[in-house]
Amino acid sequence: MFKYYGKSAPYLFLLPAGIILLIFFFIPFFQTIVLSFQDYSNNIYQAGFAGLQNYIDILHNPIFYKVMLNTFIYLIAAVPVLVVFPLFLAILINNKIKGITLYKILIYLPVIVSIVVAAIAFKWLYAEQGILNYLLSVFHIAPIGWLTDPKYAIYSVILVTIWKGIGYYMIIYLAALMSVPKELYEACDIDGAGFLTKHLTVTIPHIMPTIALVTTISSISAMKIFAEIYVMTKGGPLNSTKTIVYYIYEKAFENLDLGYASAMAVILLIIVMAFSLVNILCFERGKYNL
Amino acid sequence: MNRLKGFKNLWIHAILITVSLLSIFPFIWLLSTSLKGGGENIFAYPPTIIPKDFTFANYVGVWHKVDLMRYFINSMIVAAGTVLLNLILSSLAGYPLARMEFKGKKIAFFSILATIMVPFQAIMLPVYLVTLKLHLVDSVSDTMGFIGLIMPFAVSAFGIFLMRQAFLSIPREMEEAAIIDGCNVFQVFWKVLLPMVKPSLAVLAIFTFIGSWGEFLWPSIVLTKETMYTLPVGVNNLQGMFSSNWRYIAAGSIISTLPILIFFLSMQKYFISGENEGAVKG
Repeated sequence: MFKYYGKSAPYLFLLPAGIILLIFFFIPFFQTIVLSFQDYSNNIYQAGFAGLQNYIDILHNPIFYKVMLNTFIYLIAAVPVLVVFPLFLAILINNKIKGITLYKILIYLPVIVSIVVAAIAFKWLYAEQGILNYLLSVFHIAPIGWLTDPKYAIYSVILVTIWKGIGYYMIIYLAALMSVPKELYEACDIDGAGFLTKHLTVTIPHIMPTIALVTTISSISAMKIFAEIYVMTKGGPLNSTKTIVYYIYEKAFENLDLGYASAMAVILLIIVMAFSLVNILCFERGKYNL
Repeated sequence: MNRLKGFKNLWIHAILITVSLLSIFPFIWLLSTSLKGGGENIFAYPPTIIPKDFTFANYVGVWHKVDLMRYFINSMIVAAGTVLLNLILSSLAGYPLARMEFKGKKIAFFSILATIMVPFQAIMLPVYLVTLKLHLVDSVSDTMGFIGLIMPFAVSAFGIFLMRQAFLSIPREMEEAAIIDGCNVFQVFWKVLLPMVKPSLAVLAIFTFIGSWGEFLWPSIVLTKETMYTLPVGVNNLQGMFSSNWRYIAAGSIISTLPILIFFLSMQKYFISGENEGAVKG
């Protein structure tokens, strides 16, 4: 094809997006790294060079280990459920039965509703004299401090994340299930294979890439949790629900310790980028035509 | 065989009904609480789903005490601005990446791809410092405040790649014909190509809207004035205002959910068809 555009045309087209990304992405990105080597702990208006001090401080702070542990618990508790349960639901919904659209709408609803409203709704379920403790009392179990007991608080918050994510991943699985050849299922039916055998031998091997995709994206979003914590527990009680992003937020915007917060942000950056890199290189190549 | 199938379907329905009910139960319980009058103990054991002392008084009360309409308008302004800018900037940037050869194309491509890997949460502090430096905050003026809410989300790699894919799928003959007819490159883009990628623009608009509408972290960092609150920030603020008045908190939360609920139900095919997998969520 003949060249119908001037030399500068491609750059002109890219310019507006480029300016925005430069100002609100690339500059802040490098500034995060620079700030992480600076010391703001004494005077917010005057930074001194800190070298690795912020990182050393972080490694000596017991709260850091608590935060990392919480994030780890979040991953271990939320990701497997978000990988397996939505797949199970998608398989059920993929049958030709009545009312599928209604089921999909209802199960997807939590995805669409603001996380703030969702967190408030759960806070109400978790209230001391709330409906969940009533259910426990029916079974003669003593009431639980769902959000006030350091033993349980993080799991209560994780439940909200899971509840809000199920519909999202279910739809992703449904799209993948459509690509499984029908003949394979028919062959299973002729062989008299049961539900479990059928899906273990046909469905799961076929949609393995999607399972892996859901694993990485649910892990990445588990590491970015903020709103649930902010609305329900503010990281408490006793730091038991403090996650990386909430910790960064607290250090940056409440304690105004910009250097420490940035060093923490770099740690988040490294972890999330590692997951994303795997994700893009292994599972989303097609999306970007790599 | 048929009876066996009916039995199997019964099980499927039982499971799906249970999950559907669990999905909406937190909202149902909130709705129920919001409709209970002062004469009814909202902590009563056993709990009652259908209010005994049925009233809309909590809705009237919260509507008069909190400027939910203002929050709604603010959210609309921010979402509309974010959507509009995303449509324009993403399609502008997606076009040369799909169709043109130029020096630095690979660099541009991978720089944009790199932004996907970096979570906003990790760079939010410098983003805030930049926004302050540019005076894009509500303490300067409302307009600047809105610009500050919008700009960090004015374009996304997701949008650029979505539009790039859309342009890639258009046959080249379309452009050739237009150029022979005497169009320049901008006319080709505006008059010929853009109308052809409308479906992708619609997808981008819908998912950008949902993302912007639900955004909570950024507005809670930059906003200082209550009159500038978006719905999520305003609703979270209800907790502080009515510390233990759960009837009001519930009523306010339900009101704030109505717009997005209507939006979702009228656009549901975009969300649940599975064709746009991975589109929502940042």
